[in-house]
Amino acid sequence: MSGLMAVFWKELADHFNSKRFIILSLLIYLAGIATIYVAAQNIRTGITETTEFIFLRLFIVSGETLPFSFPFFLSLFIPIVGIALGFDTINSERASGNLSRLLSQPLYRDSVINGKFLAGLITLAILVVSIIVLVAGMGLRMIGVPPTAEEILRLFAFIFVSIIYGAFWMSLAVLFSVFFSRMATSALASIALWISLFLFMSMIAGAVANAVVPVDQNSSLGLLVRNDEIYRAISRISPNTLYGETIQVLLMPELGNPSSTLMLVSIYTHGMIPTPLPLGQSLLIIWPQLTSLIALTGLCFAGAYIKFMREEIRST
Amino acid sequence: MDKQGIIETKDLVKIYGKFTAVDKLNLSIDEAEVFGFLGPNGAGKTTTILMLLGLTEPTSGTARIYGFDPAREPLKVKRLTGYLPEKVGFYEDLTAIENLDYTAALNGLSRETASGKIKELLDMVGLSEVAEHKVSTFSHGMKQRLGIADVMIKDPKVAFFDEPTSGIDPEGIEQVLNIIKNMSKQRVTVVLSSHQLHQVQKICTRVGILAKGRLVAEGAVDQLGREKIGGGKFRIEVQVSEHTTKLIGSIRKIKGVVKVESTGDLLLISCDEDLRPQIARAIVDSDSLLVQMKIEEYGLDDIYMKYFSES
Repeated sequence: MSGLMAVFWKELADHFNSKRFIILSLLIYLAGIATIYVAAQNIRTGITETTEFIFLRLFIVSGETLPFSFPFFLSLFIPIVGIALGFDTINSERASGNLSRLLSQPLYRDSVINGKFLAGLITLAILVVSIIVLVAGMGLRMIGVPPTAEEILRLFAFIFVSIIYGAFWMSLAVLFSVFFSRMATSALASIALWISLFLFMSMIAGAVANAVVPVDQNSSLGLLVRNDEIYRAISRISPNTLYGETIQVLLMPELGNPSSTLMLVSIYTHGMIPTPLPLGQSLLIIWPQLTSLIALTGLCFAGAYIKFMREEIRST
Repeated sequence: MDKQGIIETKDLVKIYGKFTAVDKLNLSIDEAEVFGFLGPNGAGKTTTILMLLGLTEPTSGTARIYGFDPAREPLKVKRLTGYLPEKVGFYEDLTAIENLDYTAALNGLSRETASGKIKELLDMVGLSEVAEHKVSTFSHGMKQRLGIADVMIKDPKVAFFDEPTSGIDPEGIEQVLNIIKNMSKQRVTVVLSSHQLHQVQKICTRVGILAKGRLVAEGAVDQLGREKIGGGKFRIEVQVSEHTTKLIGSIRKIKGVVKVESTGDLLLISCDEDLRPQIARAIVDSDSLLVQMKIEEYGLDDIYMKYFSES
């Protein structure tokens, strides 16, 4: 146990002293402040007297100068943060000749990987919490509307999901850092996977859905629904989709369940009545997405763990 | 009956794929010995050390350190042993003190005990002036000395040094060897591997020569010389005007002479010490004329070459 804590504190100190951390926080703070500034300027459009969750709108509104919302920025940057914190976890130790020295100390081998992962996770959590709280605080000052209790709870859930999303990318990067001996390779592999999931997954899903169930403007509603179901099922392979859906449910309760056929139908018939879901219902809807994200994180970390534990230290 | 060494291996075998790195190694090392593993690259020196430390599992056979099996009870073994890898690395962004602090923390030392000890050790290895400098500014020799401090911080009973002198300048080698020599005075058992024979010869009480994973010879340096070269540590070549059996007989009687051979007008005498004066007198006493006399000292190099020319 003392070994684990020693590794943890040392790695945490390393993260906070690293230039990498400073660059990442600058990047993410800049993006956050920019989006919230634009959101506060544009928040008045589309608000009526009956609009609920005004404070949450702060996070989803985007403007013409910066056509991206805050969650979009997070879904873009959190993977970068996760990958940057994890891609050199094990292979840097090996490359610098520290690994055999470290492992000859009286600590269990898993303390090394656990302590390192934990330190990365805490660093990630501090970054995510600070950016979301910072943005919420700035928004509060700008629009002057205090959040309701439910909005605060939704924000907490938002923070939690964002950390899990980051943890997934970090554990993936840790996995690559165990498998690839070069740091550049593991960084590139993680980034390549991220880009392909981020950019190409929806294209692939769309292409497959259209190939299986071809639709055009005259297609019946039943065909449209089937096409959409296939599209969603495939795009959910990407953790990015899972995160996006979760955020949508949490921050836009009036939209209802993104995966229900009803919503698709209502979009086509323009007949949806905006009735916000209560928090409990929202959490119920995102439950599968959330557990999938956690499971994927666990899977990647377990892979890294097993590979690292079985690895032999060789003389070369 | 108490002939058990603190490090014991029995038929230790390590096979990587089709390559046998260590082949049925039997070793016994006593407390406070400085044991040198010799052999060319790829002879299995490092692999043996890794198995003794519990960092690599043997394919078959057993290893014991103070009675503990490194493969079964690695933590107990790691508390007793210190290891300086061949390509030692430190966290480049941290200072010498910070690096040692981390090792101390991993060994469960309290901050107070650690800081006093770190100062003492950095003094000992001659790095106290650069204690606050980042390791990235260190030379290879300095890192090697820091590595020794890193090994010492946990007060090991057994210290393993893998090629401690490779790649450092002669002055640095001298420093490193002196530090290692002092360790054995403090009852620390030292096992070091090297292919630089001269240095090992100076500090090792016993050496084991490894070739292709097998221990081909083992023992004190002069003992090995006698066994293998068939003589003592010195070889004296004497040319005399005429040599009689009487002369050979009287040389044989000189204390310390191991063997006398005659080829032509040359006498080849091997002995344990420099016996030139005594031999000269024997020649004069036998009424022969001494033409010339040459002496050669045998080192580990000759022993080593002898082994590898055979295998």
